[in-house]
Amino acid sequence: MSINLTDEKIKFLEEKAKDIRISIIEMLVAAGSGHSAGPLGMADIFATLYFFILRHDPKKPDWEGRDRLILSNGHINPVLYSTMAHAGYFPVAELLTLRKFGTRLQGHPHREYLPMLETSSGPLGSGLSQAVGMAIADRMDHGKTSDRFFYCLMSDGELDEGQSWEAMLLAAREKLGNLIVIVDRNNIQIDGNTEDVMPLEKLSHKFESFNFHVEEIDGHDYRAIAEAVGRAQAVFDGPSVIIARTIPGKGVSFMERDYKWHGSPPGTEMAGEPPKDEQAKIALHDLRTLGGQITSEHE
Amino acid sequence: MINQSQKLNPKLFDKKVDEVPIRKGFGQGLLEIGEKNPKVVGLCADLTESTQMHLFRNKFPNRFVEIGVAEQNLAGVASGMSAMGKIPYISSYAMFSPGRNWEQIRTTICYNDRQVIIAGSHAGVSVGPDGGTHQAIEDIAITRVIPNMIVISPCDHIEARKATIAAAETGKPTYIRLAREKTPVITTNETPFVIGKAQLFYGEQSDRADVGIAATGALVYKALKVAEQLSKENIKAKFLNISTIKPIDIEQVVSLAKTCGAIVTVEEHQIHGGLGSAVSEVVTQNFPVPIEFIGVQDKFGQSGTPDELLEHYGMGESHIFAAAKKVIGRKS
Repeated sequence: MSINLTDEKIKFLEEKAKDIRISIIEMLVAAGSGHSAGPLGMADIFATLYFFILRHDPKKPDWEGRDRLILSNGHINPVLYSTMAHAGYFPVAELLTLRKFGTRLQGHPHREYLPMLETSSGPLGSGLSQAVGMAIADRMDHGKTSDRFFYCLMSDGELDEGQSWEAMLLAAREKLGNLIVIVDRNNIQIDGNTEDVMPLEKLSHKFESFNFHVEEIDGHDYRAIAEAVGRAQAVFDGPSVIIARTIPGKGVSFMERDYKWHGSPPGTEMAGEPPKDEQAKIALHDLRTLGGQITSEHE
Repeated sequence: MINQSQKLNPKLFDKKVDEVPIRKGFGQGLLEIGEKNPKVVGLCADLTESTQMHLFRNKFPNRFVEIGVAEQNLAGVASGMSAMGKIPYISSYAMFSPGRNWEQIRTTICYNDRQVIIAGSHAGVSVGPDGGTHQAIEDIAITRVIPNMIVISPCDHIEARKATIAAAETGKPTYIRLAREKTPVITTNETPFVIGKAQLFYGEQSDRADVGIAATGALVYKALKVAEQLSKENIKAKFLNISTIKPIDIEQVVSLAKTCGAIVTVEEHQIHGGLGSAVSEVVTQNFPVPIEFIGVQDKFGQSGTPDELLEHYGMGESHIFAAAKKVIGRKS
């Protein structure tokens, strides 16, 4: 896979990320509950994965040769559902059924309702174990000749869970070059900023000492995302992690960098925030007027 | 009378009946199904010999994954391997798997409906000297309450071997409960075994009797002996071996209630949530009769020999015998 993104491709990804973000706001407003900050912050990474990196076929979701994307922090599933819909897995209109009775789009991902998901998730800390199990099974069957990759998307807050570190020990021992972990380093969790609730730094050193190949990137820089994945794919003798620094609530002025929006949808009464009836309008206006030109603070 | 159609061990009531740990049947069964089915893989959390998975590991080192002391990871990794088409068997002590990793089993295995076979060894107080931390007496309750899960509690190593082999065909998450200590051999290779079917070991299907005894796991032998003792006192008993606790064999349990009018349940487990509860759920909904529950009465275990502990916690033969008489007295 070429890791070089053309300017046209970047423009295309920006448009996709904008569509994904707008759908996230629309579905959360329709649902009346759900997580806002994480999904918005991860939209650029999801766009880059589904529209550039992953080997997959939305028309054949059970294609055996596909790469696997395991979402460990299931609460950011609005970005997963939104991206899958825009990639053609199911109609975009279905996004408005999020969290409603009878929906395929359960509040946290559930394979029984949407079998095209790789796993169900929500309780934190279990996704990496499953991704490691998948990667080991692939090695058992195909050795190092397999060209499938296993991408595990995790949050930083969920690294509080000890099981994540159990899985890392095993991934390193098994030298899983087919495993690429992407950590959403947005620095927030429900009770506050991660470094106040339970400090994770120096996070890259922790992964390095667990024998992971470590990349640290700006999670809103499409080129950086693609290049980091490309380098991770080239590491054959061990697992890789991409620590992606993201801005929670990215693209919506009043949500950015504010942990209070971790678990709330637009339309929530909150001190110091816009009136609840105007939040959705402001959010959509923010996203649309940026015209997809969502730039990173690091640029 | 012993039900001849069950082809039980002819030396069943001999003083020198053979004794083999139930967990040995798991080790043997896994080796056999591993030879037949290349999709079978084994994962263990640092207790490979103790849980008897070493037989499989030695034969198929490339299909074995040592997880280390990390039972939560054990469950998750197995779920992932199942997603890729493998049939993972995971083993540890029941206290740690499905004890420590219950939520991982619920979400990554059962909620996803992944076929993972969870072998929980060293269940019951008969683990003995290790003490209460290692005596799983809640495992049936916590597994049978999870949707999609099959729960099997074999009565001897032969039934454990059959259950281990049959579990590869269920396509469902399956818990197999194993005990550490040597247990008298009750069944033979010819004894019928089907997941979901209880077996009438004592009495004939159409017989009426004074009391029905329903037991599971390592206490089946003691309970079966009590059925024999009762008959010597002209108290007619029927005995049902319930190795599959979920899905429970409703037909056989109801038949026991109808033909006996009173039931004693026997298990090496808390009386809350285990076999007794499962039987009670069936009986009260279909044909209510009095039930007495033999099991641990809401206590933790402690160190001791298996026999000392079974006596102390009210699971000895004398307790089962007394419960049978008591429940007969409760008939209206």
